[in-house]
Amino acid sequence: MTLPFTASPAERRLLTEGRLSGPMPWVIAIMMFLTVLAAAGGLALNHAAQNVTGSIAQRITVQIVEANPDLREQQTRAAMTALSAMEGVTEVTRVPDAEIAALIEPWIGAAGEEEGIPVPTMIDADLSEEAHDRLDLVEEAIVAVAPAARVDDHAQFLAPLAGLIGSLTWLALALVLLTASALAASVILAVRAALNTHRGTIEVLHLMGATDIQIARLFQRRIALDALLGGAVGFLCAVIVLLLLGQRIGAVGSELLGSATLPLGAWLILLLLPIIGAIVSTLVARFTVIGVLKKML
Amino acid sequence: MAARMATTIVQFENVGLRYGTGAETLSDVSFSLDGGGFYFLTGPSGAGKTSLLKLLYLALRPSRGLIRLFDEDVVTLPRDRLPGFRRRIGVVFQDFRLVPHLSAFDNIALPLRVAGVEEEELATPVNEMLAWVGLSDRASARPATLSGGEQQRVAIARAVIGRPEILIADEPTGNVDPEMAARLLHLFDALNKLGTTLVVATHDIHLLSRVSSAQMMRLEAGRLSDPTGALKNPPRESRGGKRRKPRA
Repeated sequence: MTLPFTASPAERRLLTEGRLSGPMPWVIAIMMFLTVLAAAGGLALNHAAQNVTGSIAQRITVQIVEANPDLREQQTRAAMTALSAMEGVTEVTRVPDAEIAALIEPWIGAAGEEEGIPVPTMIDADLSEEAHDRLDLVEEAIVAVAPAARVDDHAQFLAPLAGLIGSLTWLALALVLLTASALAASVILAVRAALNTHRGTIEVLHLMGATDIQIARLFQRRIALDALLGGAVGFLCAVIVLLLLGQRIGAVGSELLGSATLPLGAWLILLLLPIIGAIVSTLVARFTVIGVLKKML
Repeated sequence: MAARMATTIVQFENVGLRYGTGAETLSDVSFSLDGGGFYFLTGPSGAGKTSLLKLLYLALRPSRGLIRLFDEDVVTLPRDRLPGFRRRIGVVFQDFRLVPHLSAFDNIALPLRVAGVEEEELATPVNEMLAWVGLSDRASARPATLSGGEQQRVAIARAVIGRPEILIADEPTGNVDPEMAARLLHLFDALNKLGTTLVVATHDIHLLSRVSSAQMMRLEAGRLSDPTGALKNPPRESRGGKRRKPRA
């Protein structure tokens, strides 16, 4: 029995030209290379966005901006106590003074407080989604026990970054769709050219009683093999580029860039792209051939 | 010997064919063909013989009129049913139309492959056919390396290997010498004796006298020259015992 997507060895001989003799596999390789890079970019950005938003989007930082060190310490403790007692506050952590000193060192130098510059204390608090939704009430409760407190919502300053990452992710998706469309268009052009090249053979087959599906099978098999070969070459080239890029990003040492890595699931999605490309190419070839043949009697 | 029943397998009624917006290539063509008959289609070049044959082997649909093939109206037949009808018709094209990159064996095997015959069942009938047309030693030769006569015999073998009910040949002797023409006619006659209906287009009037049982249709300027008695020279009783009546 012959499956709709297969052709017997004898059927394969009906069309001439070796698989790699035409430009089709190389066109597909370039398209797949670009598609994998765009998809990898989108997936990495999506992963980064999840990391950023997932870990700190519901976090607040409470600064106690009080010049008097004793009063500052007193209000810090009061704020921590109040925060710990609040419903929906999952974690309260005081940022160590050494860490704060290290953060502001580039601006005020190593001496800091010793030179009379008041350095605020900082408390990180992770909130539940519900608690984050009523941040005003949380802020009121903190200020009631620590009047010098200032509450910074991480989600607020992360919003532009999250927006940028979201836009870039959509851009990557659009690029994937564009390259996929270009690939489909290339397949259509290649199939039409092949149909013209083999018009004589097709007419003879047609007049012998070959069905459109039988003729389409000859072309779709060739395109499927071209797409698999080209897809594999494009995928491998893209993987090499991604690995080299990953090394470079690791060398930069940026936390934000470092979070834009590809998890295992993303690699699996990328691995599916050449297979999806081959299936799409095969279907496009099939429908193109059938569409052209339907114009013949 | 029991009389062979003559069944009409082709019927044309007032068929007209026009390419684009030009004048009609065929006008008011009406005739019937009986199964098992041998028919010559004659007429000068440009009379419309090839166009009429194209209608017969379903390469074209008429602009008007009715065509019945194997008792079905093929003018309105859905396109997806045409392959089944085409497999019942063998065609020897004027220019042979052999697939250039396939061997003689593969060219002859084409109709069987199209019909879904398994590869292991192909060799016997194809080799028999090669022997029948005297090309057993040229099985692996490609068309470009075959002479005109050999190509023609490959084309004939390809047309008949599927045991078609109708064999249509367009100017089959146009490119061969008289000796080869005689051999081809002998092949056709043998096929006809096996029950295949033959329709042979030719403007070689010498051929007509060589097949005694053949009937003749004559086309001139797109019209059957004698619509009421187009099938002349009705078959003799020696072929089937019963005289076939000419149809028009």
